[in-house]
Amino acid sequence: MSLNLMKMTGALAAGLLTGLLTPSAHAIDITGAGATFPYPIYAKWADGYKKATGTGMNYQSIGSGGGIKQITAKTVDFGASDMPMKAEDLQKEGLVQFPAVMGGVVPVYNLKGVASGQLKFTGELLAAIYMGKVAKWNDAAIAALNPGIKLPDDAISVVHRSDGSGTTFLWTNYLSKVSSDWKTAVGEGTSVKWATGVGGKGNEGVASYVQKINGTIGYVEYAYAKQNKLSFGAVKNKDGQFVLPDDDNFKAAAAGADWAKTPGMGVILTDQPGKISWPITGASFILMHAKQDKAENAKEVMRFFDWSFKNGAQVAAELDYVPIPEPVVKQIQAEWKARIKDASGKALY
Amino acid sequence: MSAILANNLPSGATHSVSTSGAPGTDSPAGSSALADKLFLHLTRLAAIGVFSVLAAILLSLLAGSGQSIMKFGFAFIFNPEWDPVKEEFGALIPIIGTLATAAIAMIIAVPVSFGIALFLTELSPPWLKRPLGTAVELLAAIPSIIYGMWGLFVFAPIFMETVQPALIGTLGKIPGFGLLFAGPPIGIGVFTAGLILSIMVIPFIAAVMRDVFDLVPPMLKESAYGLGSTTWEVMWKVVLPYTKVGVIGGIMLGLGRALGETMAVTFVIGNAHRFSTSLFAPGNSIASALANEFTEAVGDLYSSALIELGLILFLITSIVLALSKLMLMQLSKQEGTRS
Repeated sequence: MSLNLMKMTGALAAGLLTGLLTPSAHAIDITGAGATFPYPIYAKWADGYKKATGTGMNYQSIGSGGGIKQITAKTVDFGASDMPMKAEDLQKEGLVQFPAVMGGVVPVYNLKGVASGQLKFTGELLAAIYMGKVAKWNDAAIAALNPGIKLPDDAISVVHRSDGSGTTFLWTNYLSKVSSDWKTAVGEGTSVKWATGVGGKGNEGVASYVQKINGTIGYVEYAYAKQNKLSFGAVKNKDGQFVLPDDDNFKAAAAGADWAKTPGMGVILTDQPGKISWPITGASFILMHAKQDKAENAKEVMRFFDWSFKNGAQVAAELDYVPIPEPVVKQIQAEWKARIKDASGKALY
Repeated sequence: MSAILANNLPSGATHSVSTSGAPGTDSPAGSSALADKLFLHLTRLAAIGVFSVLAAILLSLLAGSGQSIMKFGFAFIFNPEWDPVKEEFGALIPIIGTLATAAIAMIIAVPVSFGIALFLTELSPPWLKRPLGTAVELLAAIPSIIYGMWGLFVFAPIFMETVQPALIGTLGKIPGFGLLFAGPPIGIGVFTAGLILSIMVIPFIAAVMRDVFDLVPPMLKESAYGLGSTTWEVMWKVVLPYTKVGVIGGIMLGLGRALGETMAVTFVIGNAHRFSTSLFAPGNSIASALANEFTEAVGDLYSSALIELGLILFLITSIVLALSKLMLMQLSKQEGTRS
């Protein structure tokens, strides 16, 4: 904690210095609104960017749905969503979409006598647990994957998110991909109809339920699992390997994805191939209008994310987010150059 | 709410301040009449302002929920489904949760508040009155999120390990009635939400009750004591009938708060759109469903259904208020026949 604080003050001091040395050329502040999951990192980046350039970025974490509404109504310079918009919707609203940061969702549990990383899950098993079909910890399906671990004859208390969230979207998207039962009975979305369990508000709500109640299983953003020292399990990925969540495994999942061919770069990184790929990885997206009435603001938004991709990776890693890999950044820049234009049709990047 | 409390703070004595002999009204008659007129219009504007805000809220709720009302119609109220993926919505579970938590809260809070008020006005030694009264009022000043966090982090684990297993083992065994107390103890759920709510509304009800009990003319009480009444008889037959309007007002204030409470309930109710006969099972209330889902409600129908939930809560509160007014009217009618 104190080490982090020192690092932060160091960064602040450095930022302040550069801020003093480079005269602020831009007077306009940019505004964005949307997803709550990337809010901490956007706020950190905004802070650093303000120090470096003098331009402020005001981000309101009102939720993905709100972000899409606000950018469609043009009340903000950019919107943010955890769930990628469909290509036809992007087309209809004249929006350009690109990923800004990535993260992973991990299954967490609280089971007396079973340490973190010991339990192994498959996607099918997680789907069965979340549908209430596997209801006891010593169920044959769990025991078969975890030989040698003493599993109690206790009921499994399922914990899910009560609020709509990108975390739930990734979780249900993954379960839909690996279990046809889940796909037909529940489906995917930022909130779904849960068959069993209790709902916690926010990642912190789920984390605290799992911490307090013995015999629980839940899902949270990786950062919350780490900060709250929750036990997390290994999950079998597409290549048949059991992997534990880790920054490298999230990056591996992103590396294999075909960003260029997916319309709107709306790649959902769940169930990706690769030996060490973490199966429940996802990106958070930024939305901008292709045709810009306020050219200066649009330029500034792109400058902001450009700066963040270059200088924000370290901060992202400190907050347990995964920065966008270099080749993908190149593609994003190409997308900007090709698509984002001012009223007269001139490219803005 | 704070205005009511502030009104109640100076208890007893200040109510009898006389208004005669107010100086400073020696200005010419003309300007005084103008000032009177101005004052009349100003106060009228304030009154109309409240009314129009209320009407505007109702109208915008109606407009916002239009899509959901068109799609689901009246059946919305009785539909237990809540499926954002397939866009099928019904309000039954949150309505039941709201009414059940408020009912549990009132069943616990009303007798306890009555006891507090009785003790403070009749039985407490004078040196204890002030600190105890202040402590009760302080409870009312705690923000609801603190109650929620305390409920989740402190109360729920203790409740799960001690009270719940005991209740499941005893009350849960009774056929029929036991269904209410069945199921595994998980600490959170409809019953816990009701308990936390009762702690939150007790200070409101108790403070109002104490203040109205203090208003009873001492002569009335002393006459009753003089005739040989016990404290209980004085309370039940003299004080309560004399103050019933105020007492019912206090209870309604508490009930209104219990129906609309959001944060504290969201923390401990379990937030599950599922019907269960057990009070220990997780449920959902209208206010907490709104708090949970509004920010990320993607799609117009979803938001519209949530706004309709808000409209229903608005209606429930209005009905409760109307019923309490009816009850008071009924009571005053009885008074006429009895005397």
